[in-house]
Amino acid sequence: MKCLIAALLSILALTATAHAQDSMPPAPYAYQQLDDPGQEEQAQALMETLRCLKCQSQSIADSDAPMAGDMRHQVRSRIAAGEEPEAIRAWLIDRYGDYVSYDPKISETTWPLFAIPLILALVAGLLLWRRIGRKKGAAT
Amino acid sequence: MSRWRLFVPLGIFSLFVGLAAYQLSQPKDEFVESAMVGEQLPQFDLRPAFASLPGAATADFTDGNPKLLNIWASWCIPCISEAPQLERLQASGVEIVGIAIRDRPEDVARFLASYGNPYVRIGADDLSEVQLEIGSSGVPETFVIDGEGKITYQHIGDIRPGDVPVLLDKLREAGE
Repeated sequence: MKCLIAALLSILALTATAHAQDSMPPAPYAYQQLDDPGQEEQAQALMETLRCLKCQSQSIADSDAPMAGDMRHQVRSRIAAGEEPEAIRAWLIDRYGDYVSYDPKISETTWPLFAIPLILALVAGLLLWRRIGRKKGAAT
Repeated sequence: MSRWRLFVPLGIFSLFVGLAAYQLSQPKDEFVESAMVGEQLPQFDLRPAFASLPGAATADFTDGNPKLLNIWASWCIPCISEAPQLERLQASGVEIVGIAIRDRPEDVARFLASYGNPYVRIGADDLSEVQLEIGSSGVPETFVIDGEGKITYQHIGDIRPGDVPVLLDKLREAGE
């Protein structure tokens, strides 16, 4: 029986540590909206296109991770201070690379993402045009 | 149309399946590397994380000696497992400056009493501001800073015994 209790306790301890997180209150602007609705709208739009670094499939607007809260605080307080959203995005890209942004820009590494669909559409169009053209030619 | 051309779509399809299968079998790299390596340390001046040690500021990194900047927290479990390695680094004469993320003085004191104190100073980063400034995406992370305050190397995750010689090498390189 003692063994069982000890085993249960150790499992409890393990699950407790797996969820280890700080006990500090969230940053002031983590959950608090800006007073100016226009600024809040700008902040919200930006936050939805910034990647949470701790929970990489979510935007910082979607995440409850403390670090995402701290990032929202940065975004909101910088926008409240009059900074442009794209300047804040650039500030983060300078630190974490393109990876942090969900709004990919054409660059040396990302151009194939934009070019390949265009090329494929062109090739498909060309093939279709040739086929249809040929059939019409055969019919007349 | 010759017969072999009928197999072209199948070939392309198999290529895609093969590529997807290969990518799925590769371990996922979740590390986000800092783009600040090679850059100057950003400006900061943090209050002490607990009473017995001074806080940390950019100015502390410009005295000519390379140092380690360790981003950690008392609530971070991997930080416990890297504590012995930090002590070994300290024993080798390395100055380690800590930055405690979202931490309370009493928790910092308790952590250091339990797992040892390898730090010369610890700054408190309550809103992860310095962490974001230097492009760190989690705890623990360790940066090598040269004597002029330039970031020369980033180690992501806890320091394992095998990483200690690597960090010592990087510190030596930063001092040259």
